[in-house]
This record gives sequence, structure tokens and C-alpha cells, in this order.
Amino acid sequence: METKRSEEVLNELKKIVEKIYDQMKKGEIPYMELPARNKYNIKLDVTKGVWKYGDDKIYRSAKKIEGAYTLLRTMFMLDFIKEMIEQNKSSTLRELYYISESWGIAKFHTQDESDKLAEDIEILTKYLREDFKLRPEENGATIIGNITIEEINRKGKPQRINCRDDVGDSGYPVPYNVEKEKINIIDYDADFVLAIETGGMFDRLVENGYDEKARAVLVHLKGQPARSTRRLLKRFNEELGLPVLVFTDGDPWSFRIYASIAYGAIKTAHISEYLATPTAEFIGVTASDILNYDLPTDKLNDKDIKALYAELNDPRFKTPFWKNEIELMLKIGKKAEQQALAKYGLNYVTDVYLPEKISEMGLK
Amino acid sequence: MDSDISEELAKRQKEISIAEFFEKNKQILGFDSLQKSLVMAVKEAVDNSLDACEEAKILPEINIYLERIDRDEYRLMVEDNGPGIVRREVPKVFGQFLYGSRFHAVRQSRGQQGIGISAVVLYGQITTGKPAHIESKIISEDIGYMFDLYIDTAKNKPVILKEEPFLTDKKSGVKITVNLKGKYTKGKQSIMDYLQNTAIVNPHATITFQDSDGFKIKYERVWNDPISPPKETKPHPYGVEIGEIMKIAQKTSYKKISTFLTGEFSRISSQMANEILKISGIDPEREPSKLTLEEVKKLKEAFLKVKLLPPSYESLSPIGETLIKKGLKNVLGDLKPSFYSIPVTRKPSVYSGNPFTVEVGLVYGGNIPSDEPVKILRFANRVPLLYQAGSCALTKAVENIDWRKYGLEQKGGSGIPTGPMIVMIHLASTKVPYTSEAKEAIAEIPEIMQEVDLALKESARQIRTYLIKKEVKNKLSEKFFLVQKILPLIAEKSAKITNNPVPDISPVITKIMNILWIDERVEVTENRAKINVSVINYTSDKKSFKLYADYTDGAVLPESIKPFGEYDQKNDYIVWVIENLDPLKRLDLSFELEKIKSDYSETTYYIEGIDPVHVVGAEPLPGDWNIESLKSIIEEVEGDEDGNEEE
Repeated sequence: METKRSEEVLNELKKIVEKIYDQMKKGEIPYMELPARNKYNIKLDVTKGVWKYGDDKIYRSAKKIEGAYTLLRTMFMLDFIKEMIEQNKSSTLRELYYISESWGIAKFHTQDESDKLAEDIEILTKYLREDFKLRPEENGATIIGNITIEEINRKGKPQRINCRDDVGDSGYPVPYNVEKEKINIIDYDADFVLAIETGGMFDRLVENGYDEKARAVLVHLKGQPARSTRRLLKRFNEELGLPVLVFTDGDPWSFRIYASIAYGAIKTAHISEYLATPTAEFIGVTASDILNYDLPTDKLNDKDIKALYAELNDPRFKTPFWKNEIELMLKIGKKAEQQALAKYGLNYVTDVYLPEKISEMGLK
Repeated sequence: MDSDISEELAKRQKEISIAEFFEKNKQILGFDSLQKSLVMAVKEAVDNSLDACEEAKILPEINIYLERIDRDEYRLMVEDNGPGIVRREVPKVFGQFLYGSRFHAVRQSRGQQGIGISAVVLYGQITTGKPAHIESKIISEDIGYMFDLYIDTAKNKPVILKEEPFLTDKKSGVKITVNLKGKYTKGKQSIMDYLQNTAIVNPHATITFQDSDGFKIKYERVWNDPISPPKETKPHPYGVEIGEIMKIAQKTSYKKISTFLTGEFSRISSQMANEILKISGIDPEREPSKLTLEEVKKLKEAFLKVKLLPPSYESLSPIGETLIKKGLKNVLGDLKPSFYSIPVTRKPSVYSGNPFTVEVGLVYGGNIPSDEPVKILRFANRVPLLYQAGSCALTKAVENIDWRKYGLEQKGGSGIPTGPMIVMIHLASTKVPYTSEAKEAIAEIPEIMQEVDLALKESARQIRTYLIKKEVKNKLSEKFFLVQKILPLIAEKSAKITNNPVPDISPVITKIMNILWIDERVEVTENRAKINVSVINYTSDKKSFKLYADYTDGAVLPESIKPFGEYDQKNDYIVWVIENLDPLKRLDLSFELEKIKSDYSETTYYIEGIDPVHVVGAEPLPGDWNIESLKSIIEEVEGDEDGNEEE
């Protein structure tokens, strides 16, 4: 059964194909035009406070072999999406990758290729991949804190869950769809959201009862956060007015986790306004923390150093705070893990570090 | 001091000490490790055999057997089909140091490479206490003679333990059997390595080897004409050393120094002789054998002050293009290289009065490892050089070239490059300038370095051209795949999704290709070849042009030229006048050749009346296929870089 939105999506998909078809009919070499998806082409949307793609375009033309392959794959993928919408089916991104096995020369060689093309189609149509009936495998992120949500479960029934009282030690698992049709926030009693990079630190805070002690909603990011995790953080921030604080390791890769939450990821800049939480703040571990708290460290490796230099050129990091922290990290040549705080005992992070950092930010 | 007596003393002392000297200083002559000693022994015997065969114009057949006697004792047997050695000479050749029949003749020979076969005899006798066994048969006698002998090191004289006639079916040949201490290995710097390289530069020889593990290897000859030995010439005054002048003066039959100069040296006219004697202040009537050391020194100085013609090159015998290629194919064929360069033989040149020439052959691709340093095979006068590669001028010449320009990987643009390539370098000279007595590395003489550099670069340019051609081919096959497979599918799929008829994509195809494509397929049967040429117009317009086929081998059968076109007898090429070839139309042309030699490689095509930038497979007329035009083709094939084209 086709809803109105599905019809609109189908129309948009058809438009892409029509363009290609018309070019060939006119005897032109077919091509597609897309925003350049790199760090040199992201611009701050001042009204929304998030980073989106700028005006640089790339031309994907059939003149070269790679361009021709991508155009062909685009045709196959659009045809497949069209079929799914018409038959009211959906598939995971992984399934899509495997389905391409039967596309002959158009098949994908890595899932990265098919994931990226799905994002390209989002950009071209301005719809989300969920509209194309494509979803990620699983999320993996979990929540513990005094917040009550209502989830439409697999039986289609609303189910209330308090993320402190109704869950085990591993918390409430975030589903891949966190839009209002799936999840509604019913009630909460907390002062802020703390997004944590590593499982070890999340477990530490849970064991120390930090969620109750500090009236915090703890979100375990599981590394680079998935779209739905970032979307849910944004909803907590916008709908409940809760500040979002990000607590990660102190290395260049963790800085990027923060950037993707606060400013939007380069890969998904076309949907930054759905995903980014511009007011999210970085707690640490900063390069200054390494010095101030005299933390155990590891030496930066060549890749770390390269990543830090790349960040100096990344428009998202062009603030005095980040410039200082990145340059300081390069200067000391060291990085530290969140759990390095255990140097001063298991309670140090909840008794000393977090309260100090949070009060520095003027939050409490 | 009476020069006669001093000469005699010096001579005797030299002869006496050499055998003893060797005994104490084996390493100087290359017997410095157990492993190397075995290789050296094989090398001395094989070099002798090859030289002897060459002199007698015999196609060499050399058999080598290695047998293990004890923990580190081996028995080596080397047998050839050379002319053999006359009975009375055998003991001297094998049992006396520095015995040579032509001690001041100048020509390129393998023999100058080592101390000689007597060193092997001596090494065997020192390490095992056993005599050498030699069998020799010459063609003019019905029976052969066999000897057991060793060297009296104090006197430098052979001691014969046994001398007996024997019956044999062989026409002629020598067989030497020595027991010696050694260590048998395989791989780098082994007997196998040495024989493989020897086979490369001696494609006229059949060489077999059976090692102590029973493993057998055979290099079959691929060239059936005996190699003629280079001509002997008199030494050139620029290159002769004082000791040599003294020796020549002792042996000469000329009674007067003036005729001695014109008769025993090359390029000295009687006028020049007078000038030399004037400069050195020596009486023209003086007897050469009475010259003092001082006088010889003055003579040598005077040699360098007069202007003489360069030495004759007749004394050189380069391997030559054909044989290098055959040798490389014969031995390295298992690696299935995708490209053999046309070997380069440089014009002869001179350093300090010694003529020399440099030859280079390159082999590329196939199963040659691409992630390892390029292998360099060094040769001097057709003898492989296995040791001291790092200090050899031939290696350094390779290291001095920036191979990145020619399509190989090289860190910083110097040093040994990395890539699937084997480099063969041969230096032929009447006098190879070694860095030391061990004769393992060639000294960095500027004249030689320059010639090696030029020969390498000439060869490297071929590699570069080959790689560019290959790249063009790859890019083209990509394009063909694009327009023949991918594009039709895009058209089909887009038509299906939009519910439209499948569009005609011919105009798109010509826009993407935009070339005139000339492709050749050769069918060889015996000594005939059928050449099929397809011409496809992958541009958007009708094309009219003339196509010339310049075949490289054999003779054309004029009636075989199809479907039209004619044979231009005067210029010896075939020409087709093609008018109005429509876009995407294909034209099949063909002709036949007879009397081709062996593997017909490829025809050169020239094209006239069309922008050559849009032609692949033919060159503009006139002119050679050069790198610039190839580059422009690559750019054309790759397409214009319109700004933000996605990579």
C-alpha cells in the first residue's frame, strides 16, 4: 500500500532516472551532479547552527569507467528501492549489499560502496534512507537514566519503558528508528545528558550510580555514534531542553565523535539539521586535562598526528577552544583514555573529575 | 746493474713465488670460502672450454659433474668437446702458473678473467692432497692421453705421476677431474647461478650440470653457428703498461727499437716511431731487449705525448642484438616476461688505449617479482660476474639513473630500482679494468660509466614506451568495456524505470571514445603470416584517410591485399585509401607475408589525412612513434579533466 509520502519519494527517484534517460536520448554523455562530500565543502548554516554541504559540485559522468559504474549502480539501486516501496518491503543496508550480488557487473564490491550510494540518493532526493526502506542493521547504543519513553514494539503496541527502573545493567537499547512514529518521550527527571564513548567508562558511571547522584541521563555511544543515537540526543536536547555533554577519550578520533554530534558529520552533512546538536559541549578528555590531571598517556602515532593536522584544517574545529586543544596535544605528543582517570581510584571520575569539569562549564 | 741479470732474477722470483703466494693467499684469487671455491673451479674450467671452442670454431658442449666424496670434499669433473690440447702442452697448461701461449696478443677473451685452470689444480692439491686427472684428445690423433699431475709449488713446474694413452670415441676434447674442498649451495652466487648466466651470454653452447644431489640441469643451445673469435691485434701504445713493454721487448724478433715500435704495437707509423724516440731521447738503433727500466718508462711517457689513431675495434666481439635476445629468452623464458627490449650494443669506444663496448638487454614483466629490487646480471667478456656487485661500475651505473622517469619505482631517484625487471649488462674489452686481482668488479672508469649509462637509458626508453603503450591499451579496453557493456545497461535500466523505449546510444558511444581504432591480429603459419587489421571509426564524424602498413619482416604477396589497397613497390609498403568511414563502422583489411624469419612481431601503421590525436594504433606520417604523441593519446583516452570530475 502506498502512502502519500511513498508516492512523493517514488516521484523523486523517477526524476533522477529521467534526467539520465533524457541525456542519453539527446546523445549526451550521461552524468549526475552532486554536492562535493568533503571537508572543504561544508558550511555553517547560521540559522540552524549546523554544518551542511556548500555549493561545490562534483560531476559523476559516464565518460570514465568509475563514473559509468556508479551511474549503472544508481539505476539498479533505484529500481530496487522502487520495487520495495511498491511491495511494501524493507531491507537492511547489509541485505542491499548482498542483493547486489545478482546485479552482474553492477554489483557492489564493498558495503561501503552501497552505503555511500544510499547516502547519495538521500542527497539527490532530499529524503532519508528510511524513506527508501533501507535501515542499518542494529544500533548498539544504550541509555540509563530517569527518562520514560514509549516505544511502538514489534507487535505494533505502545510500550512504556523507564530507562532506569525497567532495564538491566546494560540499559535501554536504542532502536534504529527513533522518530515520533516509533518513540515518544513521556517523562523525565534529569538535569543533563552525558554521552559516553567507551563501554568501560559507561559501566563505571553506572556502577558508581552517577545517573542518580548527578541526575544525568547516561548514553553509551559505542564509538562513532550511529544516526539514530545522534537523532535521539538531538530530540532530548530540543524537546526536553536538556544540555548534552560529550565525554570521550582524549585523542583526535574522539574529537571527531564530538564534532559529529555537535556539528554534523561530513558524510551526512545533507541531514545535519536532523542529527546535529549544536549546543552539545565537550567535557573531555582534553589535552589540558592530560596536563592538569597528570594522566597516564600513550604517545601519539603517525596516524594520530596526521589526524590532528587534518582537524586543524577542518572548518568544524575552527574555534579558539579546539585550536588550543589540538595544538596543545600536538605539542605534548600524548593522548589519554577516559579510563586513565582510574589512576586516582575508581570513584575519582564521579567524585572529582566530572563535578569539576561540569562546574567549570557553569552547568552546576 | 746489468739489466739482463736483473730481468732474469725478477722473472724467476715471480714464477717461484706465485704458486707459493697462492698457497698463502687463496682469497686474493677468489678461493676465499669453501662455497666460492667450488664456483671458481667450475668457472675456470668452463671459461677455458668456451674459449677453446671459440678458437676452434666448434659449437661447445660442456658437461659438468659434481660428486660428494666426504663431508667437505668434492670431486669436480668438467668435460668439453673443444679441440683438445696436444700431449706435450697438457702438463704446462694444468701444472704451471702463468703459462700462456699468446702472452702479449691483445684481444677480448674470457681467459683474462681468472688466474687460470692451474689455480684449480693447485687448490685441489692443497686442500685434499690429491693430484688432478686430465684427459685430452685432439682430432689429428687416434688416441687420447691421460695424466695424473700436481704442481711443484717451489719450482712452479708440473710433476707428472702418470701419463697413459687411452681409447675414446670422442673426436676431440678435454676432461679434467679434480678433488677439492668446498661447500655446495644453490641460489645466489652458486654454480647453478653461474651456469645460468653463462648460458644467457653463450646461446651457442649446450651446458649440462649434474650436482652432488643427483639434480640435473641442461641449457640447450639455441644458436647453431659457432662464435668466431675476435681478431688478435697488437697492443695500442696508450693502454700498454711498463711491465708489458719490457716483456714484449724481451721476446721480440725485431733488432732495432724503431722497427720494434712499428712492428709490435698498433697504430705506430715509422714517422710516429721517430717522433716517440725523439721525445724519449732513445737511440733508434738500440736493441729492444737491452732497454733499461728507465728507458721503458721514458718510452711509455712518450707514447702518451703523441697523437695516435684509436685502437682498432676488430679485437672486440660483442654478443650482438640477436644473440642477447635469444640467450635471454632461452634462460629466462620460464619467467614468461611480457617484454624483451631490443638489446643495445653501443658503438665501440676507448679508455686509456683499450677498446671496449657495452651491451644491455632488459627483460620486463611476467613472473618476475615486482616488489623486489631489479636483478642485475653483470658480464665481462661473456663471463658472469657474481661477486662484489655493490662496488662494481655496472651496478653503480644502474644506481645512478633516475628510473622513475622510465616507469619503475625507486626511492629518491637513485639506487637500485624496484620492479619486475632483469637488467643484463655486458662489458667487452681487450682489457677489462677490474677493481682488484680477484676480478669480480669493474672499476669506475668515466668512459665506461658513460657508455653503460647511455646503453641503459636507451634500453630504459624502450621500457617506458612499452609501459605507455600498455597503459593506452588498458585504458582503451576499459573504454571498450564502458561503451559495450556498462552504457547499454544504463540505457536499458533507465528505460525500464521510466517506462520508455531503450534509447539509441551510438552518439554517446562516439562521444566517449572519440578515436579511430586500428587493431592488428597476426596469424603465423610456418614462414608465412596473415595480418588482419580492423579499422573502427569511434568518432562522431565520417572519416577519410590513408593507411600505410610498414611490415617488418618477410615479403608481401601483392594479390593477398584485401579488400582493396595496393602494394607500393618503390617504398615497400602497403597503402589503403579509405573514404567516408561512417561513425561506428568497422572495416576489415588483410594481407599476407611470406618468407618471414620466426615470430613476426608487429606491423607499424602510419596514417595520413586525419588528426593523429584521435588515432590509436597508427602513427602520423611521417615520423616515429615517440613518447610525446603517446602521452597525448593517454590524455585523450583519459578524457579532459573538466574540473570536478569525480575520481
